[in-house]
Amino acid sequence: MTALVRISGLSRVFDVSKPLLNRLIERLPKAMLTAVSDVSLEIEERTVYALVGESGSGKSTIGKMVVGLLPPSEGAVEIDGIDLASETDAQKIDAARSEIQMIFQDPFASLNPRWRVRDIINEPVTARGGKANGLAERLLDQVGLNAADAAKYPHEFSGGQRQRICIARALASQPRMIVCDEPTSALDVSVQAQVLNLMSDLQEEFGLTYLFISHDLTVVQHMADRIGVLYLGRLVEEAAADALFETPRHPYTQMLFAAAPKMDGFGREVEPPKGEIPDPISPPSGCAFHPRCPIAVDRCSRERPEMRQVHGTRVACHLAE
Amino acid sequence: MSESMQPTLSIRKLVVEIPTRHGILRPVDQVSYDIQPGEILGVVGESGAGKSMAGNAVIGLLSPPAHIAGGEVWLNGNRIDNLSRSQMRRKRGREVGMVFQDPLTSLNPLLPIGDQLSETIIEHLNVGKSEARRRAIAALEEVGIPAAAERVDSYPHEFSGGMRQRVVIALALCAEPTLVIADEPTTALDVSVQAQIIALLRRLCRERGTAVMLVTHDMGVIAEAADRVAVMYAGRLAEIGPVREVLTAPRHPYTAGLMASTPLASQGKRRLNQIPGSMPRLGALPEGCAFHPRCPRAAARCAAGDSPHIDSCDGRAACWFPIDASAKESA
Amino acid sequence: MSDLPQSTPAPRRPSALRRAWDSDLAWSFRHAPLAVISLCLVLLLVLSAVFAPLIAPHDPFNPASLNLMNGFTPPMEPNAFTGDEFWLGTDDQGRDVFSTILFGLRISLFVGFAAVMFAMTLGITLGLLAGYLGGWVDTVIMRIADVQLTFPAILVAMLIFGIAKGITPVEYRDQMAIWVLIFAIGLSDWVQFARVVRGATMVEKSKEYVQAARLIGRSGPAIMMRHILPNVLSPVLVIATISLALAIIAEATLSFLGIGAPPTQPSLGTLIRIGQGYLFSGEWWILLFPSVILLALALGVNLLGDWLRDALNPRLK
Repeated sequence: MTALVRISGLSRVFDVSKPLLNRLIERLPKAMLTAVSDVSLEIEERTVYALVGESGSGKSTIGKMVVGLLPPSEGAVEIDGIDLASETDAQKIDAARSEIQMIFQDPFASLNPRWRVRDIINEPVTARGGKANGLAERLLDQVGLNAADAAKYPHEFSGGQRQRICIARALASQPRMIVCDEPTSALDVSVQAQVLNLMSDLQEEFGLTYLFISHDLTVVQHMADRIGVLYLGRLVEEAAADALFETPRHPYTQMLFAAAPKMDGFGREVEPPKGEIPDPISPPSGCAFHPRCPIAVDRCSRERPEMRQVHGTRVACHLAE
Repeated sequence: MSESMQPTLSIRKLVVEIPTRHGILRPVDQVSYDIQPGEILGVVGESGAGKSMAGNAVIGLLSPPAHIAGGEVWLNGNRIDNLSRSQMRRKRGREVGMVFQDPLTSLNPLLPIGDQLSETIIEHLNVGKSEARRRAIAALEEVGIPAAAERVDSYPHEFSGGMRQRVVIALALCAEPTLVIADEPTTALDVSVQAQIIALLRRLCRERGTAVMLVTHDMGVIAEAADRVAVMYAGRLAEIGPVREVLTAPRHPYTAGLMASTPLASQGKRRLNQIPGSMPRLGALPEGCAFHPRCPRAAARCAAGDSPHIDSCDGRAACWFPIDASAKESA
Repeated sequence: MSDLPQSTPAPRRPSALRRAWDSDLAWSFRHAPLAVISLCLVLLLVLSAVFAPLIAPHDPFNPASLNLMNGFTPPMEPNAFTGDEFWLGTDDQGRDVFSTILFGLRISLFVGFAAVMFAMTLGITLGLLAGYLGGWVDTVIMRIADVQLTFPAILVAMLIFGIAKGITPVEYRDQMAIWVLIFAIGLSDWVQFARVVRGATMVEKSKEYVQAARLIGRSGPAIMMRHILPNVLSPVLVIATISLALAIIAEATLSFLGIGAPPTQPSLGTLIRIGQGYLFSGEWWILLFPSVILLALALGVNLLGDWLRDALNPRLK
């Protein structure tokens, strides 16, 4: 198998300083927020790669850099060997871009309320000057809606149906890969199951690759072939889904798994995790997790751990074995 | 808990109506349940099931034109659904505490949290200023805010999301209410903080004997936190019972479908069981049982006449043909 | 509604007219008597202005039809010399007040509409650019707007009017006056459109459908025009209505001050200016009737705007 997406040393820094005048008056330094810090990973074709993490872990930022909505501050995203940031041939960039589409979290904000469903789904084709020829109707059928729905407006649909329309729009440009940013977290459980099943079916049918971004461990476990765990913008662990859930090696992954509510955890009494996610503007030194880590040693606060292989798992922890 | 004990909260056939230009909607229809002292009742349902609306009706926080159109609400043996607004306001702080999804809606951004706590304590407990401040610090300590004595004069924006929710819980509990209504208290929080907040709620409930109505859409949270669970569908109670029984051996086909469609850690990558369709809109409820168009067990009786009510069925599931766990039927 | 693929085929869609009648906006309109009355009033005034040449019993601009002997005829009374009767009386030159009001209404409404259209186009364009592009474009546009907001709109209009008058040759002044008026009022009014559109654009820009359009490869202008613009129009509609009332008043004020519509093309403001000279000599009707019509027009449009603002505000529903 070959890697469809190769991310190397990817970082993204946001300038969250106050306006210049306030900074001068209050004598504040520039505030830089490191949303993603030195992340490297590869996504194989026709697999589901999941990024999990809590808020501020940078998972959505990585997704946006992969599709090209945000330029990276450092590092590169290569799609099929083409680096979107350094490539100069506009045609190649456009071709690479159209191979990656995205599905967003909020099905109510991701469809233009003033457009008919037909125009929404056909837009990827018509925007490039192509003829739709009943494409929207075919795709609606494919995602489990009625072809007659094409003439309606988004407000006539429920959340789950809107997410299906979003999927149809993403499919319209015949992508090889879809980045799914929390695609079901705004949906109810029974509807979530419908959408997840649909996504699995479509993956099989079109040979799609998914980058699946979520905070929900059960959903990730259900969907993913490979999982990357993010903490404060850093990739702390990456492994095949089964291996990760069987033996999580990073203390943060272990904490996350223990804290997640279990459907069969009736009256479960566990020691809840200590502390909260630190401020990403001034992250802790060394390993970002060390202030909350139950096994941290001196070295953890001084030296940022490199990603290393431990029994087939990539993990960024000095102590993991 | 013995049956003879007086329940902290008792709702009897509560009906909430919203008149609209298209007709009268019933977001809560004939709902009855009790919460005993020291008990956590989980109220689950998908969006639009009426779970929050029932909680708001109890504390008199329905926003007009929604109003209670029938049934009774009893709090510690007193009927409260017919109280005036000002009487209700007094009860609300004194006997009922509230925790909402977004902690910022419950906190005044312009007042230090200590002042907000003392204000509530003075109003409801009739103590002096310095005593109120002492109690405010104690309340903050109790919900696990480190260095409470120093942070009592901080403003809400100086706390992180998880800490803010702790402050809200302290605020809800500082007047020592007998009932706490927590409406999606952890939905906006991260997994690790959520676990802390749930553990806190459970500890406080156990130590003080406070009854808690925990409204959420997250089955996992219910499983871990609640003693009993009430499942709502389209404004009606679908099933109610001890949490372990309802979740492991659901009797209502909707509960069963809900459980089957939740991805389970132990089941890995199998195809999820899905309930076809989605919850009907309140304005277009089907005849008979509201769930029958999506129900795999539906028969002619389900589609006609009145909707089944828990009291006229087996007391646990509002279904004419409940799943009999002993018969080993597949869910 | 159901997520089922095999759900029943959609029922036949009702006609567009039926849907419009059933819409929430139409429903709220039918249940707001004040709005209905205002709309009737405004429609009546607009129609009489449009069909003024057909309705007016006299042509006030045709010197041949004027009889100076008819000057100062009181309403509903025969003239002492000619015996002619006029509903609303005549002015000093024997012009029928009713007819001059109809033609004045025409000028007032035209100037008002055109000024609002101009302000709207300018404001929407600049607001979209500021909101979508951000950065220095936003800073420059909004600082200009801020500066302009510190002057009263009427002062800005007077300033522009003065400059325009200074640079137009004398022989074209009367012809140009109306256009200069439109330009002056419009330019003094674009700021509020720009501000509202900028705010709404910034909200829409962050929504995911705009990101989806960017992913598809849509260019900035296409996203602004096709995606964002249709979604920021409802607040613009409200402001446009209220602006229309303000523009009509502004035009009347300028004309009243003698720097607006020329006496050869009198607007309601010009008529009021002419009329106020005769108030104390007993010819009250020359002032009263144009004033009442101006008041009714401004009030009607304003009430409509108020209703529209409430009806389109989702928080008040």
